[in-house]
Amino acid sequence: MAVPVKTKKLVSKTFGNYKFGFNTKSKSVYKSPKGLTQETVERISKIKNEPKFMLDFRLQAYEIFLKKQMPAWSADLSGMNFNKIHYYIRPQDKAKTDWKDVPKEIKKTFDRLGVPESERKFLAGSGAQFESEVIYHSLQKKLRDQGVIFESTDVALQKYPEFFKEYFGKIIPMTDNKFAALNSAVWSGGSFIYIPKGVHVELPLQAYFRINAENMGQFERTLIIADEDSSVHYVEGCTAPVYSTDSLHSAVVEIVVKKNARVQYTTIQNWSNNVYNLVTKRAFAYENAEMIWLDCNLGSKVTMKYPAVFLLGEHAKGEVQSLAFAGANQHQDAGAKMIHAAPNTSSKIVSKSISKAGGRATYRGLVKVTKTAKNIKSHITCDALLLDKDSRSDTYPTMDVDQENVAIAHEATVFKIGEDQLFYLMSKGLTEAESASAIVNGFAKPIVKQLPMEYAIELNRLIEMEMEGSVG
Amino acid sequence: MINILEINNLHAKVENLKILKGIDLKIKSGEIHAIMGPNGSGKSTLCNVLMGHPKYKATEGTAKLNGKNLLTLDPNERANLGVFMAFQHPIEIPGVTIGNFLRLAKNANIKATSKKAAPLSPHEFMRDLKKSIALLKTDENIITRSLNEGFSGGEKKKAEIMQMAVLEPKIALLDEIDSGLDIDALKITATAIMEIFKKTKPAILLITHYQRILNYITPNFVHIMSEGKIIKSGDRKLALEIEKHGYQKYLK
Repeated sequence: MAVPVKTKKLVSKTFGNYKFGFNTKSKSVYKSPKGLTQETVERISKIKNEPKFMLDFRLQAYEIFLKKQMPAWSADLSGMNFNKIHYYIRPQDKAKTDWKDVPKEIKKTFDRLGVPESERKFLAGSGAQFESEVIYHSLQKKLRDQGVIFESTDVALQKYPEFFKEYFGKIIPMTDNKFAALNSAVWSGGSFIYIPKGVHVELPLQAYFRINAENMGQFERTLIIADEDSSVHYVEGCTAPVYSTDSLHSAVVEIVVKKNARVQYTTIQNWSNNVYNLVTKRAFAYENAEMIWLDCNLGSKVTMKYPAVFLLGEHAKGEVQSLAFAGANQHQDAGAKMIHAAPNTSSKIVSKSISKAGGRATYRGLVKVTKTAKNIKSHITCDALLLDKDSRSDTYPTMDVDQENVAIAHEATVFKIGEDQLFYLMSKGLTEAESASAIVNGFAKPIVKQLPMEYAIELNRLIEMEMEGSVG
Repeated sequence: MINILEINNLHAKVENLKILKGIDLKIKSGEIHAIMGPNGSGKSTLCNVLMGHPKYKATEGTAKLNGKNLLTLDPNERANLGVFMAFQHPIEIPGVTIGNFLRLAKNANIKATSKKAAPLSPHEFMRDLKKSIALLKTDENIITRSLNEGFSGGEKKKAEIMQMAVLEPKIALLDEIDSGLDIDALKITATAIMEIFKKTKPAILLITHYQRILNYITPNFVHIMSEGKIIKSGDRKLALEIEKHGYQKYLK
């Protein structure tokens, strides 16, 4: 059905209304030249004063990165030029634990993003990464006393190398894909979290990632270990300034959820439209553990992200709930992977995408059941909402089932925002913009309502901005 | 104040198919006009053209509310002037709750009436909404339900009239509000319409196939529509005659 001209105008207007597109003039302590060489990799490790095993790890990953092909099965990455990226920018010498000590211009950036304010209000701890380094980190004393560790990954490597020897690169091997290899070679920053046995962290831990420089590559590396009977909710937010040239964000996130533990990992990603966002995320869930990825993808030029749960112990549960918003010149290629490698495991995937102004949203999913995994359940729902006829949505579900005793249900629906829906709301007095916004927010609601209230409000606001083109 | 909806020589088409071929009608506050007629005669088209559905295009003639031409306005502008349509087939909108939607609509109406008027507070709105829900003998959980989603036929129709009770329009276009209602639901819905009518004296244009609803809602005028024109007008008795003899007698 045709969308009225006014909606189209409204939709085209919104492109360029990215609220977080400002940049801050900031002096860096060190900035690597554009392009990637072995020397850059060595330099990063040296600046960070890393143990030798990490340097070896990086150099091995660098070799693999050079050999690996670009993924050809997915979004168009032909515009990406590895030689035009700065792989490491060090904004300051050491992460601060007191907000007062953060350099003024960086502080201003995060003040504008509302970061320290949220920490005071509703977080158990928070971190902030600016370019390649975490510049601020804090955790409630009560949790520190309980043995919870929440540090930048660099600091954690120095303080707790034993965790790194056991887990780092074990959940996502550097050979997994070209971008996992790249991250392994040049990683910097990210969060390290350890939750001891039986500890439940009630409030969320948050990390905020900000790219500021032009042609920046941000490669944070996050490792979360939830020990037996523990639980934690980690939230990450991301933004970047608008530049005419491209930046690259390529994170690796590894999570271990031990027996009876629960981890929720929530992403509210709102990159500017010049960022390639190519991220590998994977969790190992052991006996009776629960892993939930709640993944909201707004912004970026291309996103490729398929959070995975390897269900390795009996009765483990995996869940991916994702929401993608693809506007003009954007491709959100997102999905989920569920690997059922133990009996009585269950998984749930809910994917919702909204496309407008020629944007493209793709769901790409894999549900795999190994021979030994009996009695598994999996439920997949994919809903796409198209706001106009130029926009596009595709679904590529893959099932790889080596078992007879499984119950897998898959539903996929494509909705078009219809004349009739708009007319219905308008006929009762809502403007066209309010009507379109209400329909989109209504569509996103099943995902949004699972966020903590503060984030739900924020996400609704972001969707509203995408819809209305109002600059905050 | 007396509100007057005046329709003159209204022609309209849907996707190049001419449906309305010259409608003349004048409706005032405190009047109930029933339009009856065989299927496909253009009754629902008339409602949709007056409300401004983009698929229905007026090609000739005028429709004025208190002298202001409605046909050039967007649907929400018409709504904010006091035009209301109860849909024959209310649209389902997942995730948009009745409570939130109706508060937005009500406050848009208030704001359009006077720039100085303050919007209803959530508390005031909730009070009005609950009264309207009671009027329709509906469960209050409807407030947080998604608009028309998973509603039964009867619930959808009741929800439309509940909206009418909250929005208090000047002109109400009720498009086959009685279709799909069982006898109890019909009685509740029709009685509610009469309560609203007595309270706020709107002008009502009621589209129906059946005489049955007119046992509860007494029209001042009954019109027979056929092939896009009003071919006969009369009073309450005309509806009874139609019930007895069918439309054949009046058609050419």
